[in-house]
Amino acid sequence: MKNFFKLSIGLFFTAVAFTSCNDQKSNKSNGALSSSNAEKVYIAPGEHDSHYAFLSGGYSGNLTVYGLPSGRMFKEIPVFSQFPTNGYGYSEETKPMLETSYGFVPWDDSHHPDISQTNGKLDGRWIFINGNNTPRIARISLTTFETEEIIEVPNSAGNHSSSFITENTEYVVAGTRFSVPVPQRDMSIKDYKGNFKGALTFISVDPEHGHMDIKFQVLMPGFNYDLSHPGRGKSHGWFFFTTYNTEEANSLLEVNASQNDKDFIAAINWKKIEEYVNNGGGTMMPAKYAHNLHSDVTHTATSTMKNEVRVVNPSEVPGAVFLLPTPKSPHGCDVDPTGEYIVGNGKLSANLTVHSFTKMIDAIENKKFDGDAYGIPILKFEDVLAGSVEQPGLGPLHTEFDGKGNAYTTFFISSEVVKWKLGTWEVIDRKPTYYSVGHLAIPGGNSREPFGKYMFAMNKITKDRYLPTGPEMEHSAQLYDISGDKMELIYDFPTHGEPHYAAAIPAEIIKDQSQKIFKLAENEHPRKTLSDAEGKVVRDGNNVHIYMTMIRSHFSPDNIEGVKVGDKVFFHITNLEQDFDVPHGFAMIGANNAELLIMPGQTRTLTWEAKQVGVWPFYCTDFCSALHQEMQGYIRVSPADSDIELSWSLGE
Amino acid sequence: MKKAGIVMVLGSLLLLGLFKFPLWNIMLGAPQYPEPLGMNIYIQGIKGVSEFDLQNIDGLNHYIGMKTIPKPEDMWEFAVFPKVIIGMVVLGVAIGLLGFFEKISYKYFLGWFVLMSVLGILGMYDFNNWLISYGSDLDPHAIIKVTNPDGSPMTYKPPLFGHQKLLNFDVTSLPHIGGYLMFVGMSLTLVAFWLGRRFSLKKHGRVIS
Repeated sequence: MKNFFKLSIGLFFTAVAFTSCNDQKSNKSNGALSSSNAEKVYIAPGEHDSHYAFLSGGYSGNLTVYGLPSGRMFKEIPVFSQFPTNGYGYSEETKPMLETSYGFVPWDDSHHPDISQTNGKLDGRWIFINGNNTPRIARISLTTFETEEIIEVPNSAGNHSSSFITENTEYVVAGTRFSVPVPQRDMSIKDYKGNFKGALTFISVDPEHGHMDIKFQVLMPGFNYDLSHPGRGKSHGWFFFTTYNTEEANSLLEVNASQNDKDFIAAINWKKIEEYVNNGGGTMMPAKYAHNLHSDVTHTATSTMKNEVRVVNPSEVPGAVFLLPTPKSPHGCDVDPTGEYIVGNGKLSANLTVHSFTKMIDAIENKKFDGDAYGIPILKFEDVLAGSVEQPGLGPLHTEFDGKGNAYTTFFISSEVVKWKLGTWEVIDRKPTYYSVGHLAIPGGNSREPFGKYMFAMNKITKDRYLPTGPEMEHSAQLYDISGDKMELIYDFPTHGEPHYAAAIPAEIIKDQSQKIFKLAENEHPRKTLSDAEGKVVRDGNNVHIYMTMIRSHFSPDNIEGVKVGDKVFFHITNLEQDFDVPHGFAMIGANNAELLIMPGQTRTLTWEAKQVGVWPFYCTDFCSALHQEMQGYIRVSPADSDIELSWSLGE
Repeated sequence: MKKAGIVMVLGSLLLLGLFKFPLWNIMLGAPQYPEPLGMNIYIQGIKGVSEFDLQNIDGLNHYIGMKTIPKPEDMWEFAVFPKVIIGMVVLGVAIGLLGFFEKISYKYFLGWFVLMSVLGILGMYDFNNWLISYGSDLDPHAIIKVTNPDGSPMTYKPPLFGHQKLLNFDVTSLPHIGGYLMFVGMSLTLVAFWLGRRFSLKKHGRVIS
């Protein structure tokens, strides 16, 4: 009893402590300032946000679509991961999207989305994103908001300095974080140094269809290529990659790759290499990699295995590759809107290093070299340095630009965003993030013309920002108004997966092109069914193909008999609707894969194995209409030796 | 009389707009259809306002047992109306030209207007009859059967003119460009009549004095 009393008092004080703490917090956020901030992010019911934001899903492997400034999530677009929610990667049509040279890989780690550009401005046609783990680049349509194409990147491992695009979307570029033996072979890990290679891959993008094709790979020394960005404006034609582990350590990298005082930013004159390649330069090398393409006409993806890739050694093209010394394992590699400044965010450095493109060209022309690495000229640090931001914070990672001469850099360790001025290198403002920010994004931040109204920071640590949800939590993001001199934190919202980078764009550039339906008349799926009357069931050995339609509120056929134990049943289902936002779902009892969500005018196929005798139901999973609950059917499964003929019907 | 003749010709020719623009339009909005579905009624047939509107209206109407929207070949009106309009245009132009050359009296202008009005009223009467049958000739096996408070089965006749609430739909029925052009054209023939009359009175007056 005494103990209980003590405990009660203890709890009482704890409660008081928490209460007062809460009071303090709420007092802080109840000012007039926060109410005007509320107005800045309030989007009234039925109103639309002014910007789209596309956040990478990190370990979800996907891409999420948000609105700014509301922080509302509109969609999760499956890219590199199977998505049982709509059957992506489960349906027969979409399974080929996840094929690789390693076989079917149902997951990846998506990092850096980048929106296509024309003349250095966002054109809103496609968004590209990299799969980090099993190197791949995906192209997502910004009319269907679905993944249309995935290309695997051979000779690469840890596809991290990707997927950034050049200013006319000539190339989407993918650099390897881990250097590896090229070609892969059985060798001692200790022989890393001097033997491993880092492949920087330039993937051409067809200007009309967006189709990707590897144009060439530059086989660089065995450093880690961490991040990259294209030159733009005056530096268009160049591409810049940060490196770390120029020590070429192969173990305990946290120590062994942090020894050199300076690592490099690798500057690649891709126009020069392109010209070399167009004149037959480079070597075709055997390499297996998958190229997967989904068609909105056949509603089917195909996977093609490619067998060779063109590689170029830097030594073959003199004057195309240079190394810019940059302090302390730089992470982000960011180019300002004019193309003059290249920011190397040395993550272990106290200062932020900014290189000058003009000075770099000058140093190259005057051959001011300071030795070489594996034959690649190293420029003198002092000759290329534009300036440095002194002591801006701890652990700089990434920098974005507002198009008004300011840069915004994230600091992971001191957990803040710092605004500084290009050219004078003075710090203008700093604001905390909650907590430990990774990337930040400004709409159009990687282009010649950023839309500098909002900036959002994507954090790695959430802790107490939201109601707790056990040990695992979604990551937090904070939205800042950057229209004034000082940044203002105006909103805080949870994100899905682990967003790394994000790309954002004013809504009016893309919202009107968003597709509503697929036209049935244009459906060229080989197993489409265009009317209820055309529904049929066809046996091909142990495979049973059901050609089915769905429309509010029935399947046709909805009674199927003659299926036998051991049969593999393929439901080829066409959604006959031609009305906006009327998808139908399809779920089959005991299916070992997923459901299907089928958009109006689309055909999708789910495979189901008949394992047990009985009468088994299927139904529509998407509440489509007032009679959605009636949208169902049955399949009769008879013993393997039964002689019941296939039959099917609707409404008899 | 020259002026009157020209106005008469112009007025009649405006009827040709009916071959290009809808005579009438019916829009159906609902909570689920913030962008309403719609049908444009031409003298040659009914078309959706957007590409798939007719299919979607039919899809929804099957719940309450309405027939599908008729195709041009399903209704004699869509074959006859164009001929009637062409006939009236030819007649109006002929009368106008004859008036222009002062071969006939301005009173023919009024005659044309009266004939056109009678035909128009007959057309509206016929159209309304179709709306009644479309809205009330329901499939006895309809999925959803709604009754009025008095127990009689609810019917779904769209309004001939104006707005009406039908279950969850707000239905608005109004003339469209072709219809307005026809009204303007018919008004012009009245103007022609008035001009002709004024000319005739003046001429007559001069003769007298």
